[in-house]
Amino acid sequence: MRFQPVIGLEVHVQLKTDSKIFCGCSTRFGAEPNLNTCPVCLALPGALPVLNQKVVEFAIMAGLATNCSISPTNIFARKNYFYPDLPKGYQISQFDLPICLAGHLDIAVGDQTKRIGITRIHMEEDAGKLVHGQDGGSGVDLNRAGTPLLEVVSEPDMRTADEAVAYLKKLYQIVTYLGICDGNMEEGSFRCDANVSVMPVGSDTFGTRAEIKNVNSFKFVKAAIDYEIARQIELIEDGGKVVQETRLFDPNKGVTRSMRGKEEAHDYRYFPDPDLVPVVISDDWIKRVKRELPELPEVKFNRFLTEYSLPEYDADVLTSSRTLADYFEQCAQTCTNAKAAANWVMGELTRSLNDNGISLEQCPVSPAQLAGLIRLIDGGTISGTIAKKVFEEIWKNGGDAAAIVEQQGLAQVSDTGAIEAAIDQIMAANMGQVEEYRGGKDKVFGFFVGQVMKAMKGKANPAVVNDLLKQKLAG
Amino acid sequence: MELYEQTIHDLQAQLQARQVSSVEITNSFLNRIESTDQSINAFITVTKEQALLDAAAADQRIAAGDCAPLTGIPVALKDIFLTEGVRTTCASKMLDNFIAPYDATAWARIKSQGAVLLGKLNQDEFAMGSSCENSAFGPTRNPWNREHIPGGSSGGSAAAIAAQQAVATLGTDTGGSIRQPASHCGCVGLKPTYGRVSRYGVIAYASSLDQVGPITRDVTDAALLLEAIAGHDPKDSTSVDCPVPNYTAALKQGVKGLKIGLPKEYFIDGLDADVQQAMDQAIATYRRLGAEFVEVSLPHTNYAVATYYLIATAEASSNLARYEGVRFGHRAKDTAGLIDLMMQSRSEGFGAEVKRRIMLGTYALSSGYYDAYYIKAQKVRTLIQQDFIEAFKSVDLLLTPVAPTPAFRIGEKTADPLQMYLSDIFTIPVNLAGICGISVPAGASSTGLPIGLQLLGRPFGEETILRAAFDFEQATDWHTKKAAL
Repeated sequence: MRFQPVIGLEVHVQLKTDSKIFCGCSTRFGAEPNLNTCPVCLALPGALPVLNQKVVEFAIMAGLATNCSISPTNIFARKNYFYPDLPKGYQISQFDLPICLAGHLDIAVGDQTKRIGITRIHMEEDAGKLVHGQDGGSGVDLNRAGTPLLEVVSEPDMRTADEAVAYLKKLYQIVTYLGICDGNMEEGSFRCDANVSVMPVGSDTFGTRAEIKNVNSFKFVKAAIDYEIARQIELIEDGGKVVQETRLFDPNKGVTRSMRGKEEAHDYRYFPDPDLVPVVISDDWIKRVKRELPELPEVKFNRFLTEYSLPEYDADVLTSSRTLADYFEQCAQTCTNAKAAANWVMGELTRSLNDNGISLEQCPVSPAQLAGLIRLIDGGTISGTIAKKVFEEIWKNGGDAAAIVEQQGLAQVSDTGAIEAAIDQIMAANMGQVEEYRGGKDKVFGFFVGQVMKAMKGKANPAVVNDLLKQKLAG
Repeated sequence: MELYEQTIHDLQAQLQARQVSSVEITNSFLNRIESTDQSINAFITVTKEQALLDAAAADQRIAAGDCAPLTGIPVALKDIFLTEGVRTTCASKMLDNFIAPYDATAWARIKSQGAVLLGKLNQDEFAMGSSCENSAFGPTRNPWNREHIPGGSSGGSAAAIAAQQAVATLGTDTGGSIRQPASHCGCVGLKPTYGRVSRYGVIAYASSLDQVGPITRDVTDAALLLEAIAGHDPKDSTSVDCPVPNYTAALKQGVKGLKIGLPKEYFIDGLDADVQQAMDQAIATYRRLGAEFVEVSLPHTNYAVATYYLIATAEASSNLARYEGVRFGHRAKDTAGLIDLMMQSRSEGFGAEVKRRIMLGTYALSSGYYDAYYIKAQKVRTLIQQDFIEAFKSVDLLLTPVAPTPAFRIGEKTADPLQMYLSDIFTIPVNLAGICGISVPAGASSTGLPIGLQLLGRPFGEETILRAAFDFEQATDWHTKKAAL
């Protein structure tokens, strides 16, 4: 029998707010344990939550960017369970009235696009974490407790691990574009639970699913889903049955293993949190957020095609992240040669970043500096070869391209006199080749260009060299 | 008259005129507490040293000409209010060792005026109870008759006023916990509209019902205290952002021309004869003062107690989840692992009534029962709210008894929780509807126990019930009667 996997994802997006969702404590990662806490996030007696409006704003942004409808009334609910990292004994989340409903994202599958449904997006708070000591004791660090999260729940529309990864990358691109998530997957800012089941091909009834918890890299998501699909198929083929359970992915071994079984299934006793008033979202509020929404990758991609006449490949690469697109666009607008800007950003710039292992945010060459360089090429002041030297110089020591060219005497020579002199000299020394050329052997033209450039130390204007050579060689 | 027998407004006048110092007043109360509290047990904690330091500071402040309405006035708080640096137990073994690290907003507002904290008052554990018998620190006794309960859950707050151990106290009212003990102890007890006073720093019992309010010797003091504690608090989302009226100024407007409703569901057969008589006399007094009476109906009253015990316990089961012995409060010793630690700590830390309500609430919220109990209760709650809205279309306020009987005997109802729950039958609908209510002394039983009168107002209609209560107080002398102790 052949099997068809069915995959749905629940993604936790940590929001990039300065303060927590229900109190004013900092959300900064990596502080001393329990430094970023107050009576509210410690759940001391008498403490009450007050909603951070920024979280709602961010959630609306996420909803609009994923084609969801925004609920006019939002209720926060309590999800009750006991765990030492959950200080109140309940998590404040949304239950039957989430802020965003029924959206979708389109992903590329081969040459086709496929639409993946988004069931809902809701706002919630994160829990703290347990720190297990060497002596067998455990500590509770509540710095993370109350950090705002969006949970994005997809429809079970994905059929392969690659589709799941494509969806995840698309969502990642959107939330980082929106500037609502820092996208730091290692710190858990973007993590996902994957629901995986398999059913016989042709069946319309989903199989029993297993949930793989908290996977925090694209690579691991693919590996975990692929492993899980294979495990379930093998299990069924061996006559076994998949049980509904929560599993963990072990990245070292590349396997998933059972975390807790069905017998421990929770009754969360959800009910509306009486400490928080319903959040009413007006149409005006939604309109305002919509107006302030940054341009999203798809729109940017299309605009790059039309506004800058870039090839699709370039537009795709350049819009892969908002910082890259912004860098390109600033450079292109300053130098007014979009294709050159695209080539430099995708080529020399990206290569240098990779070689040095740094991100674009840390790049020592600004878009304006790169634009200055491109303008020198376009103006005929330097050749492409020289430009690479100048780029390296800016990378290492900073400075303005024009100034560097001037200081180091790198400007190309367009002075016909100097170039003519060089040509004359070279023709005189290579009369044999001159004869060959005049005899119809065009190929030797390249030889003369090379010789002239060499004599001019690479600084001669290639166009001028070409013109003059043609004239002179013609006799 | 001794200093401890006086009201806030009496003491305030003397403080301002420099006829007396806050230290003298504070000492008067501290001595009174010392000489009477062994027989009343109103206090869980007396903050003697700090009180005298604060009184001295208040005297300096007054000397410097900076005298707010409550500067130098000694108050005591139900032990449900967090008080920075002071043990805050909520009358539970669970918080026996808990020193509050911050102040509740209501207390912080009074404190900022220079009020002096005498100590923390007994109550039913986590405010669950109607008699002040459910305390890990033993029951409080009614100063009018120590064989009787003072009412609950703010029993310590009411008893301390009746025993003249504090000039004013703060309590909380979830289903009548201010008005009922005030009625049983012959004090004025005001439950403001839900959202009028911040709940921040008040240990939660049932968040959608809890409201902070004063228990005082007279109506003027209640207005004074409400003025001090009311108003929006950015730390409590449910506190309403609307201006705080001048309640003391509103008192003098009288009841002439006011239309008072008598809900027929509150004047039932079986109402205690002494209570009925007190109500009849109160109605006659109001008629004399120029108020008009009409009968109104609150048809869903019958469902209030059942509704309350579903919603309150559901919220309580969740609110009390944080007491699990992990981070603060009572932690069981020698436990085997995490689950055992939590289970043992909660088993040992909570008393029987608290456990009963946690279990009730857990059940009401559990899957499969949620719609039948919790959701149903919320729907009925809306109907009860609408009853009041409808009634207030034709009347300015409502007059009802506070409790079906005067204070019952200690131990009389402890074996029968359902019987105990019914003692709040006239106060509970008010919390479900979120409206305001006040209890004022209006009579005495044949055995000399106080009987209170309840006036109910529209949401944020505190001015109306206060002025009606004040007019009644001016026309009668029930509030001047003192428990012999």
